[in-house]
Amino acid sequence: MGRYFHSEVHIQSPWHQVLAAFWQRYPNPYSGHVLTEDVLYREVTPSNHLLSRRLLTKTNRLPGWAERVFPAHLSRAVYVLEDSIVDPDTNTLTTKTWNLNHNTLMTVVERCLFEEDRSRPSWTRLRREAWICSAVYGLARPIQVMIRRVIVPLIRRSRRSRSTTNQEV
Amino acid sequence: MNSVGEACTDLKREYDQCFNRWFAEKFLKGDRSGDPCTETFRRYQRCVQKAIKEKDIPVDGVDFMGPNKDKPEKPGSS
Repeated sequence: MGRYFHSEVHIQSPWHQVLAAFWQRYPNPYSGHVLTEDVLYREVTPSNHLLSRRLLTKTNRLPGWAERVFPAHLSRAVYVLEDSIVDPDTNTLTTKTWNLNHNTLMTVVERCLFEEDRSRPSWTRLRREAWICSAVYGLARPIQVMIRRVIVPLIRRSRRSRSTTNQEV
Repeated sequence: MNSVGEACTDLKREYDQCFNRWFAEKFLKGDRSGDPCTETFRRYQRCVQKAIKEKDIPVDGVDFMGPNKDKPEKPGSS
């Protein structure tokens, strides 16, 4: 079972400011569920792209029915990898984020593209896509409901956290 | 923000400060004069990679930009 989401938002900050905020976005008022953040890899390629990998750990918040079904997952944090490519020549940042564990319950992959809005250079366009997959048979419907109730508000909250961080940087 | 290795947080913050300065003042302005944060990063990585192994976090062998998508290159270990 899989679901696909996509959205486009316009951030009222120039691209270089959004980028600076991107590296400094944790902690922020909307990120209480993010426990740790670490850079594991960085490289500037011969074509002047900056490649990075960050590891985040997040609290594992499950609804009541999931806690009863998946007790082994309760005490373990969620490990999330975020890989990114900054291209300063085209003013784009591409990111891919996905969870490393709890995949038997759900895998969430998010891809984001931040690019300078060519028609309004003091704005940045953000295109997001998310793929949510669950291999758990018989739980497709409750998981879909959980997606709507938990994941979608998380995506909205992450949007607000970006907005807050952009204002602070 | 804290590091996943409790003992690594100070090293992480030292590296983050160096990187953020380099990123905004050099990289984004087209200055390719080199990365001044190499040594700081190395010290930080020695600590955090040890913590990752101790906590058994499955980061090894994961393709860059995720499986089956975009770039297939694998980042080198630090």
